[in-house]
Amino acid sequence: MTDLTSLTLAEARDALKAKTFTAVELTDAYLAAMEAARGLNAYVVETPEIARDMAKASDARLAAGQAGPLEGLPLGIKDLYATKGVHTQACSHILDRFKPVYESTVSANLWADGAVMLGKLNMDEFAMGSSNETSHYGPVVNPWRRKGSDVKLVPGGSSGGSAAAVAGRLCLGATATDTGGSIRQPAAFTGTVGIKPTYGRCSRWGLVAFASSLDQAGPIARDVRDAAILLKSMASVDPRDTTSVDLPVPDYEAAVGKSVKGLRIGIPKEYRLDGMPAEIDALWRRGIDILREAGAEIVDISLPHTKYALPAYYIVAPAEASSNLARYDGVRYGLRVPGSDIIDMYENTRAAGFGAEVKRRILIGTYVLSAGYYDAYYLRAQKVRTLIKRDFELAYAAGVDAILTPATPSAAFGIGEKADADPVEMYLNDVFTVTVNMAGLPGIAVPAGLSAEGLPLGLQLIGRPFDEETLFTLGAAIEKAAGTFSPAKWW
Amino acid sequence: MAPRRDRCYTREHSSLFEGIYMSVDTATVRRVARLARIKVTDDEAERMTNELNSILGFVEQLNEVDVAGVEPMTSVVSVKMRRRQDVVTDGEDAAAVVANAPVSEDNFFLVPKVVE
Repeated sequence: MTDLTSLTLAEARDALKAKTFTAVELTDAYLAAMEAARGLNAYVVETPEIARDMAKASDARLAAGQAGPLEGLPLGIKDLYATKGVHTQACSHILDRFKPVYESTVSANLWADGAVMLGKLNMDEFAMGSSNETSHYGPVVNPWRRKGSDVKLVPGGSSGGSAAAVAGRLCLGATATDTGGSIRQPAAFTGTVGIKPTYGRCSRWGLVAFASSLDQAGPIARDVRDAAILLKSMASVDPRDTTSVDLPVPDYEAAVGKSVKGLRIGIPKEYRLDGMPAEIDALWRRGIDILREAGAEIVDISLPHTKYALPAYYIVAPAEASSNLARYDGVRYGLRVPGSDIIDMYENTRAAGFGAEVKRRILIGTYVLSAGYYDAYYLRAQKVRTLIKRDFELAYAAGVDAILTPATPSAAFGIGEKADADPVEMYLNDVFTVTVNMAGLPGIAVPAGLSAEGLPLGLQLIGRPFDEETLFTLGAAIEKAAGTFSPAKWW
Repeated sequence: MAPRRDRCYTREHSSLFEGIYMSVDTATVRRVARLARIKVTDDEAERMTNELNSILGFVEQLNEVDVAGVEPMTSVVSVKMRRRQDVVTDGEDAAAVVANAPVSEDNFFLVPKVVE
């Protein structure tokens, strides 16, 4: 039998339906692959018993002709998603031993459609990071390496475990979340496909909150079709999240393979930064050529407030985070470090429980919201956010269907390479992705080529609100021309 | 080791906010840490002062933007928030509520003495 983990999610789905192999066999193949890849540190918890039980139940449903859309397909779940009775810590020390008594809506949707849980995936602590190096459980190793080098690279972040697990074939697909680029940047660093849907498309209920006005759930997958299949199951309106939107969930898979003829693609001049690496620029041009040759119309556009998105984000996101993370006080769940009185207990618990990056953001957020600074920082940033969103609205009103940009300003970098750098340098990883969160739009990252060093590079497509279908259509067109990318196995 | 190609962005951005910007001192960092209920050592306070000033310097460029007459964003997606019937839909499960508490007794959270 061929290696079952080499199949895509769509291929495995079809093979299970055709009874080529069983869900238990498929699950066992993944559990073995996970065991062999522990050096990558993609999973923080493996759940083999749960996985085999779910797979057995799937085989029974497949035999009875009652298969759901994801029946028997093994997935990894980012540690940010509440999973009932299973380790859920957003990879933070402060949530030690937390086992939720409830299931997140998105993961519940996946299980209802028949998917199998393999375990919980590593991530930056509370999703704050762009390299997966802030995790309490240590960094994730990217399955990709530079040509002729054994230097360990980061998989990006914050969904670094999700991206590495998908690229390394340690799951068929993974859940992820994206607050400033945390799905798209790791997808670009690992040659996988990641989509952050429109704000409100997926329920945030049961996701550990970082910045509530920016957080969205989405999948990371091996190809565009797999991402479309997963998003269809993940998306729903939810009475428990009033920001989830009551719109029908389209059959995203049907959008894969449609013609891009006549679609107007905007190329924003503001994303051509001074000093942009030549190979990023070349990749972008290649993406433009691919879409033009496929029949799309390319138009130059301007999004004048682009450069203010990242600084505005570093006010809005920490402000919301400082508020959301106030709940970790050593009383209701997780770590508790004793103190001389209750305030001392709070301070000791939070000092020991949060890592350096999380503390940094809580302090920035507390500062910009503190008396006398609110108008100068937070209010101004929210006004700038209105302008960023307006830039996109004007482009779409002028007839643009989607916008094409690079996904990241570089390929994956080495673990520890930026350890001594200024925090702002790490933040710049999200320079192309953060605008999309600030405007609440959908964005997909699709691999489109390799760097001179043999590392994957991704393009980003940004869509109209709730028009994920066009992104899947365009992403599939790029994928058809550029191909898909897998790392050579070395681990 | 690969060249650190994204350095150029740092330089590009830094040049935008050379000049005067609000900065914090260590005493302010200590006050903010107290507000955030995070204990910091002297070393940490000093290091965080530098890091916070770097971030505050970076966000200073927002002052270039003319925001006169611009409404601050309150909701990123223009949909009316749904309402539901004002009825109890959940609860009556104290054991589940305290299930993850580090210290609890008889379904109460236990904390150090607050009132003498």
